[in-house]
Amino acid sequence: MMQAVQSIPPFESFYCEHADPVLGYLRRLVGQQAEDVWQETFLKALRGYDRLSHGEHLRAWVFTIATRTAMDALRGSSRDAAARADVDVTLLEVPGHDGFDQAAFEEIAHLTHDLPPKERAAVVLRYGYDLHYAEIADALGSSEEAARAAASSGVRRLRRSHERDA
Amino acid sequence: MSVTPDLDARFRAAAAAAGIVDVRFDIVPSPIGDLFLAATAKGLCRISFTPDQAEDDVARTFGVRMLRLPLDTVRRELDEYFEGKRHTFDLPLDLRVAEFNEAVLHELARVPYGRVETYGGLAAKVGRPKAARAVGTVMNRNPIPIVLPCHRIIGSNGSLTGYAGGLPVKRALLDLEGATLPL
Repeated sequence: MMQAVQSIPPFESFYCEHADPVLGYLRRLVGQQAEDVWQETFLKALRGYDRLSHGEHLRAWVFTIATRTAMDALRGSSRDAAARADVDVTLLEVPGHDGFDQAAFEEIAHLTHDLPPKERAAVVLRYGYDLHYAEIADALGSSEEAARAAASSGVRRLRRSHERDA
Repeated sequence: MSVTPDLDARFRAAAAAAGIVDVRFDIVPSPIGDLFLAATAKGLCRISFTPDQAEDDVARTFGVRMLRLPLDTVRRELDEYFEGKRHTFDLPLDLRVAEFNEAVLHELARVPYGRVETYGGLAAKVGRPKAARAVGTVMNRNPIPIVLPCHRIIGSNGSLTGYAGGLPVKRALLDLEGATLPL
């Protein structure tokens, strides 16, 4: 069956929908630097917004920009260089859901700040925001297997520290 | 985890300063109800009585990089108009309409404050005396009502005919301007 391609909403609508969740995500990912990374994320999104070909997967797209910007910040790369970098306006085609357990994640979410950046991003994106591994891989600039491995290694690490705390 | 008003304001200011906003828009209160205002770098491109529809429509015509930002000059001139202190607008406009529509809107802009003109009369002024109906359609699709005063255009029998903001609004604008209707 043919499906109509989702048209691109005005940026204001996109911004209102994603501003809060992206900030929440970045707080988990980069703590104190969250507001700076958040602003840079939405400036990059706005810069590339008119070159998007359709309005599907915009949530995954903005989380990808946020993750990459956060990784740059965590790596301590120059913010100016990151701001100049062109934003990737390719939208992923995402396969069907594989299910996830957000409730289980919420119980251990507060421990994610102890994880290495890549694992932290993979775990938070997967279990906190329900992104697919293909999208997470794209955000991390790695393969899907590597994204999957980072998430499961992160979860193992979280469980260990959760058990230690308990 | 919500974005504070301060962070939101900083983002909007940074976006405007970076020159990456195609369309600024705002929704402002007025004596005739909330008005949707939108402007490109070239000038005012839309005034609408129905903000919800206008946002998507403007995005299609003028670009999706739309952000809500204050439009101080437009708002000030409209406030002055509603206070009866302003009779003409000094705002640059960004009209993206067909050639005929542009010619009609150009003539429309010359209909003086407090005066009325008929659809047929306006058609004659653009050299198409028989095109009253087509002029009616152009008025109906006027992208910048109030500033381009389609409320001053009435039927040849003196009836108000129609208005995007509703006939009571058309009458209120003509009353504000002290226009006397031929009847």
